[in-house]
Amino acid sequence: MTFQFIVQNINYIGSSFLFVIGLYTVLTHPNLIKKIIGINIMETSVFLLFVSIGFIQGGQAPILNLDGTPAVYVNPLPSALILTGIVVAVSITVYALSMIIKIYDAYGTIELDEIMQIRSEEAHD
Amino acid sequence: MKRALIFLALGGMLAIMISSYMQMPPMGNPDNPSYNEVAQHYLNRSLEETRAPNVIAVIITDYRAIDTLGEATVLFTSIAAVLTVLSGKDKKPGEGGAHHG
Amino acid sequence: MDDLIVKYISRMIIPFIQLYGIFVIFHGHLSPGGGFPGGAILGASIILYTLAFGAHKGHLKMPHHLSKRLESGAILWYIILGMVGIWTGHLFLTNQAAGFFMGTPGEIFSGGFIPLITVAIGLKVGSTIITLFHTMIEEEHDA
Repeated sequence: MTFQFIVQNINYIGSSFLFVIGLYTVLTHPNLIKKIIGINIMETSVFLLFVSIGFIQGGQAPILNLDGTPAVYVNPLPSALILTGIVVAVSITVYALSMIIKIYDAYGTIELDEIMQIRSEEAHD
Repeated sequence: MKRALIFLALGGMLAIMISSYMQMPPMGNPDNPSYNEVAQHYLNRSLEETRAPNVIAVIITDYRAIDTLGEATVLFTSIAAVLTVLSGKDKKPGEGGAHHG
Repeated sequence: MDDLIVKYISRMIIPFIQLYGIFVIFHGHLSPGGGFPGGAILGASIILYTLAFGAHKGHLKMPHHLSKRLESGAILWYIILGMVGIWTGHLFLTNQAAGFFMGTPGEIFSGGFIPLITVAIGLKVGSTIITLFHTMIEEEHDA
């Protein structure tokens, strides 16, 4: 755990910290919209980890030189695979937000402990 | 009490993740296992096969165009799901039709 | 929301945002970008119009039947481009062997069917974002 190890792999360590922060947000806050924000933070950390696997030291962006001078390029393949993942993350967020609209119409609140209290009162009738 | 347990579990998960980064080759090394002959083929021979300089756009629209079609289907499915769920919205919030005692 | 400065500034700046979105879509094979960011920029310009001028005017600018047809038409255009490969005797979605115009690298009309697929993806993503936004913020008025 030397300082040089942390500075060289700073992308991987940042992705782990973002994942743990997102998971703490999902587990702790009782508001439903904050849980969805936590899920989005976890997805962002996975994208960061996957794209920074393809980095090559001293490489440039993968747009080829038109006059043919050879250069070292960054690996383009993980970036092309993550584009699909980003769209899937947006779809999941949109669907979860529409379910929150229906929950608000049914219960009148979006705090989780109040919803559980309303449901347990109705179960005792 | 519950909060201390959550902190302990998340700290353990963080320690496991960081200790597994020590076994991987460091970031930026040119001989990591993902820089194989598929990426070399896409970088070397895409200019004469497709005449377009942007390699990532060539990958997602020419070499792997079926994955982009599948992803357009995912967008289509999400719109279908949202329009189905939100077609019967109630007018007033609180105690909708299914929750009278 | 009913703010005078927001309405004035957004009326001046929305055509430039749409021009930038069309630029990113059409130069998808020459510079970073492509179909997905270009479609998101076009969708964001209509969302800015809806937020500044109210939901009723936003519905008039991009009505429901137009965005429905744009979205289905874009995915049909993608599938027709793939079928050209089958009709000429090769696999689904072939580029150079199916007879598309290639050109010299570095110009807009080059690269086979890559600009056409980028336009299809851009229109689909833009109309998806607009439809989802208009569905979520519409409110029932008392009839």
